[in-house]
Formats: sequence, structure tokens, C-alpha cells
Amino acid sequence: MIQMQGVTKSFGTNRVLRGVDLTIASGSSMVIIGGSGTGKSVLLKCVLGLVQHDAGTITLDGQDVTKAERDAFLARFGMLFQGGALFDSLKVWENVAFRLMRGAAKRPKAEAREIAIEKLRRVGLKPDVADQFPAELSGGMQKRVGLARAIAAEPEIIFFDEPTTGLDPIMAGVINELIREIVVEMGATAMTITHDMSSVRAIADQVAMLHEGTIKWSGPVAEMDATPDPYVQQFIHGRATGPISAVR
Amino acid sequence: MSPSLLLRSIGRPVLDMVAAIGRVALFAVQIISHLVRPPFYGREFLNQLLQVGWFSLPVVGLTALFTGGALALQIYSGGARFNAESVVPSIVAIGMARELGPVLGGLMVAARVASSIAAELGTMKVTEQIDALTTLSTNPIKYLAVPRVLAATLAVPVLVAVGDSIGIMGGWLVGITRLDFNSATYLKNTLDFLEAWDVGSGLIKGAAFGFIVALMGCYHGMNSGRGAQGVGRATKSAVVAASVMILAANYLLTEVFFTS
Repeated sequence: MIQMQGVTKSFGTNRVLRGVDLTIASGSSMVIIGGSGTGKSVLLKCVLGLVQHDAGTITLDGQDVTKAERDAFLARFGMLFQGGALFDSLKVWENVAFRLMRGAAKRPKAEAREIAIEKLRRVGLKPDVADQFPAELSGGMQKRVGLARAIAAEPEIIFFDEPTTGLDPIMAGVINELIREIVVEMGATAMTITHDMSSVRAIADQVAMLHEGTIKWSGPVAEMDATPDPYVQQFIHGRATGPISAVR
Repeated sequence: MSPSLLLRSIGRPVLDMVAAIGRVALFAVQIISHLVRPPFYGREFLNQLLQVGWFSLPVVGLTALFTGGALALQIYSGGARFNAESVVPSIVAIGMARELGPVLGGLMVAARVASSIAAELGTMKVTEQIDALTTLSTNPIKYLAVPRVLAATLAVPVLVAVGDSIGIMGGWLVGITRLDFNSATYLKNTLDFLEAWDVGSGLIKGAAFGFIVALMGCYHGMNSGRGAQGVGRATKSAVVAASVMILAANYLLTEVFFTS
């Protein structure tokens, strides 16, 4: 279980997170929604320790993430980055098998390659993609490779940062389905940040609305449409008027 | 201007500069501490050795060739004022080995390698590849910076040695074709007056300059600002900082090596 209590983070005078309280139960899929620049990515990076939060606590299974042994802690996570964040200098299979060829989970090269090809197949890519470089792939294919890399070491927790941004609706649908299938199949805890409401409906068990650095509403996805919360209603219906200012 | 405003306008840049020096020093200490702790990334190191060493040979070689030739012409025409034309071979050799080989080699590597490292790592930073490394349980300093710094520190002295030889050859070529030197006499004069420490001090300078070049490339790349402008600024800062630091380090090392 991931628990955040009173998490704050400022960059200079810009107070991005102003006291976030959120709990993500083990094995559940939490989707955080909110407008651009509301701190969704920062929150996710605070959990991983990529950004140090200023105050508050973040715990994973009761242990403070800032005090956890770093390698063991990160070994429990997989992450799909918004732009894929694939390593340009490495072939696709080397990207997917990156974690399998280094550190505690190190396997022989041939085995790592075999697992990488299997994971590529799992995300709908043919084995011949394995020997290409990321720059030779389309945006959708890069997202799939990123997804294959995130699940390669079968992590307990997977983070998805804007998984469908920049994709056409069909490819976005394919990625959403893949994420849902993989999360269910692996029994992983998932945390996704997105603006895409079709992603929310496809991926989420639970939804949290982040605005002005705090969680304005959270609850099961089934209750999202019926909630009277004005922030959620404005966001999911894409209205220009409401408590969320269009000019931010 | 009031005294407090004056003090503030001086104090702020000074504090910023001290803070920047501190950050670079801490970054260098981190790299050095990772040099001796596993895991070691041998493949990345060999790749960087190829990038920094082998691919810099043409630019360093050409620079040395033309510098050696020009140096011979300058010393000949300058020396003619006090009948010292005969010192051309020894001055070219000593000048190349002690000073021009390491400094010009270092500056050419700074232009080629510091910019390339800063642009590559800066792009990795803005496309979240460095964050991705962390999430894959890989320390970015150990995986990206250590192989580059180690490779440059080892490769630049070799480049300097090659540059020294080519520079001396450039002087010899000009000497025998333009200045009417006898080939055998020119070479004998070169060897007679060149001491091992002339070459050794230049190689030590080369190692220091290689370290500076890669350190600046990695530091500015890994701390790049956002977007294309951020990467551009990081690249420019890396080259400028590396070049200035090479010239400053050259003066300090020369003081240490030749005035004590």
C-alpha cells in the first residue's frame, strides 16, 4: 500500500503540492486526474524519489520511502514515461531487458533477450522489432516498448505517466487495454496520471482529482460520474467555466 | 548607488559563483567515489574510449600539424633578429610537448567532446531518460558520467602524445622544406634538447584536461534546463567552462611543474 500524508513540494515560489493525502491499496489501480501543471507528475516523482518532497510522509507498506534501501525499493517499481524515455543508443530489446542485464536481477544475455522478446510480444510487437533502435519506431510503438520495459522485471508496482498522450484514439485504446490487462494479469498496484477520460474509464479502479496541489476528490471510478464535486464535474465534462480557472 | 545596494550587487554574483563551484566539486567527488565502487560498466567505458580517443585523433592531429609548422616559421623569423635560427627544432619540440600539445589538444577535445557529452546528456535529461535510468535501479552518475570521465582522463594524454609527435613533425616538415634545415640535423637537435619531463609534464596536463572536459560536459548536461534552449545553453556552458578551466589549470600546473 502506498500512503501519502500532507505531502508538499515547492519549486522556488511555486507551491506545486500543498498537502496531498492519498492512499493506494495494494493490487488496485489508481488514476490521478487534473489539469496541466497541477503537480501530477511531481507527485509521482516524489513517490519514486526522483524529486524530494519538502514535507509530509510517503510510505510504501508502512516504510518511509526516503529511508528505504534505494535499490531494493526501486526494484519493486516499473514506470512508463510520458515520452517513452527509451535509451536512443540501445536496441529495442536492450531497452526492454535493461534491468535484466544489470544489478541484482542480472540474467545471461541470451535469457534476457528471450524475456525481452516475450514482453514485446505481450505488448503486441513482433520479434523483428527487437533489433531496431527506438528512433526507427512510431510513437505508438515506442509507448509499447516503454510498457514492455516497465513490466520486464515483473514489478509489484507500476506507474504510468500520461500513457496515451500524443497517440491517436485507436492506439490510445490499444494502450489502455494493454495496461488494464497487464495490471490485472500481474496483480500489480498501478498509479496512472492522465487527462484522458477514456484512459480513466479503461484503467481505473479508483480515481483522485488533483487541483491546486491538493486532492479535491477521490473515490471508485463507478462513482466518478455521479459525484457532485464541482472540480470533477468540470474536468470530466471539459467545461470552460467552473471552479477550475481556464487561465493557469 | 547606496552602499547596501552596491554590496548586494557584488555579493549575489559572488555567492552564486561560490555555490556553482561547490556543486561542481561535489559532482566531481561523487564521480571519483564511484570510480572505485562496483558495479563497473566496462562496455560503456570502452565505447567512450572510442568516442573520445579514436574519433578525436583527426582534429587533434591536424591542429598539431599546423601549429608545429607555424611555430617553426615564427621561431625562425623571430630568432633571426638575434641570430638564433638554429634553435627552431628544440623550441618547437619543447613548446609542443610542454605547452601547445596539451593546451591545444585539450581545447580541441573540449570543443568536440564537452559539447557532445553535454548535448547528449542534456537531451537525455529533458526526455526523462536519466529519470528512467534511476527507476531501472541504475545510478546515472555511475552509468553515464563515470565512463566518460575515466575515458577522457585516459584518452587525452594519448591524444597529446600523438599530437606532440605530429606537431614536431609539422615543424620538421616546414624546417626542411621552407627553412633550409638539414633533416638529420633538425631531428638530432630535437632529440638532444627534449627531456623526458617535457613530455611527461605535458601528458599529466593532458590527463587533467581530459578530466576537466568530461566533468564539465557531464555536469552541464546532467543539469541541463528544459527544452532545446536548455540543452543549447548547457552545451555552450560546458565548452566555455571547460576551455577556461583548461587554461587556468594549465597555468597552475606550469607553476607547479616548472617554477619550484
